[in-house]
Amino acid sequence: MSATISRAGFLTTIQDLGRLGFRESGVSPGGALDQYALRVANLLVGNVEVDAGLEITLGGFCVRFEDERLVSWGGGDFDVRMGTAALPVGHLALVRAGEEVIVDKPKIGCRAWFAISGGIDVPIVLGSRATDLRAGFGGLDGRALRDRDNIPFGKNSALAQRWINSLRSEKIARVSASHDWASPARADPILRIVRGSDWSCFDAAAHRVLTSERFTVSPDSDRMGARLEGSELKRSEEADLVSEAVAPGTIQVPPSGQPIVLLGDCQTIGGYPKIASVITVDLSRAAQLRPGDRVRFHEVVLEEAHRLLLERERDFQYFKTGLSLRP
Amino acid sequence: MKITPLGDSALIVRVHSRDESLDVVLDAVHKIGVAQIPGVVEVAPAYMSIGVFFDPMQVATAGAGPAAIFDLVAEQIRQAVSRKTKSTKPTARLVKIPVCYDLEFALDLTDVAQHARLSAKQVVDLHQAAEYRVNCVGFTPGFPYLSGLPKKLATPRHATPRKEIPAGSVAIGGAQTGIYPFRSPGGWNVIGRTPLQLFDPLKNPPALLRAGDRVRIRPITRDEFNAFKK
Repeated sequence: MSATISRAGFLTTIQDLGRLGFRESGVSPGGALDQYALRVANLLVGNVEVDAGLEITLGGFCVRFEDERLVSWGGGDFDVRMGTAALPVGHLALVRAGEEVIVDKPKIGCRAWFAISGGIDVPIVLGSRATDLRAGFGGLDGRALRDRDNIPFGKNSALAQRWINSLRSEKIARVSASHDWASPARADPILRIVRGSDWSCFDAAAHRVLTSERFTVSPDSDRMGARLEGSELKRSEEADLVSEAVAPGTIQVPPSGQPIVLLGDCQTIGGYPKIASVITVDLSRAAQLRPGDRVRFHEVVLEEAHRLLLERERDFQYFKTGLSLRP
Repeated sequence: MKITPLGDSALIVRVHSRDESLDVVLDAVHKIGVAQIPGVVEVAPAYMSIGVFFDPMQVATAGAGPAAIFDLVAEQIRQAVSRKTKSTKPTARLVKIPVCYDLEFALDLTDVAQHARLSAKQVVDLHQAAEYRVNCVGFTPGFPYLSGLPKKLATPRHATPRKEIPAGSVAIGGAQTGIYPFRSPGGWNVIGRTPLQLFDPLKNPPALLRAGDRVRIRPITRDEFNAFKK
């Protein structure tokens, strides 16, 4: 069964956890910019973590369902409704055939990840259902969704079917993810960073600017990266660097001295110096940066980045186990 | 060899080699792949370095605490790369790329000729006669960075990139030459076009070219180009 997009909004794409193994061919991992949000939303609707859902940018989105589905979402501070009923972030709800879900514009943040039980069943291309907008493949015909598109769903899992039956009387389930997990958006976000491989190409003044001043997110930002504007990050040496690998979270500094935080759809290699990297657990916040936001960076050591990541993963596994014990 | 973190889930291996750095890099990529280091999910070459991507959770499962994750991966990479065993890495392929230098495709041929103080024909003759090598694939999916451009043809990139370069455009950027797999913005000097599809997501690997490949150009006429497209 499927659903029809009544309004596609500014930019809505089909995303899963992205594709690995094709960087050699210049293919970036892509996938949901906040993989954690999609994994949590997937678990809440009885899916496996890697199932494909929707990435909705700045709202304006409306979808009509053709059959009964569980839905859940995570991401920015969006106003999501089923008819007149609000669907809070990190909650699980049952949508009936013919019902619409509306994702309105966010008060804070930029993106939301919307999971539907059964997952979105588009063909797997290079190991993933994620839409690669640059190369135009994956997702639905390699493009962003449009009004009146039809998106096909897979079969509800046994778990999802059991929850659907129990939700018929309740509608919005009492089970939810903790707010912190489901909604990482902040009005004045702070992103934690570790030093990059070209940290020493910059002088102490640049280090101070990066770790103490605020940067404004430029309108020229997209799934490839968030471009920032602020005091110039001056390089201490002007030697030309040979292009090297970059990754989501890498902060590179072009000659303008205005940093770019790379996101999931970033190129695989880059020649600009890499002053720092946003740590993996804070990529959820980076994915919420929207033009006009003012962001700050806080330096941590690599060990701390790893500790935070392992801690979050432990919490996630705990949550997963808890859900599986739910009747 | 120097190994530095690239964020918390990747690292860069920089090889230091005076010459043949591409072969040293490719050899290291191969050895790291063969070593099947626990937690390593992807290995990709880039000029004089290698990007190694890992899943810290898997490395932790393999026995490392938060303080030791990076060191554990780095140490295993060092061991893998220093192994003297004869690697059975694939030999470099020779790929022939048909290129049409028709003036309609060669948007910047006159600029390149002027910069090199050569005639347009001399530029084309030099470009098509050289043998190239794929240094790496990146920028966009399937974009090959080719070394081996005759020195005379080196031309600086446009100060302001073109908003749109047609798919298949063969171009010169500084001392390198490359081919745009998709219609995309770009600052390189376009001197021809290939009818080949450089990236096909339904193939594995999806990119026509891979790092280490040798590339020769087969010049084609406009009629041959059109016939190819059909």
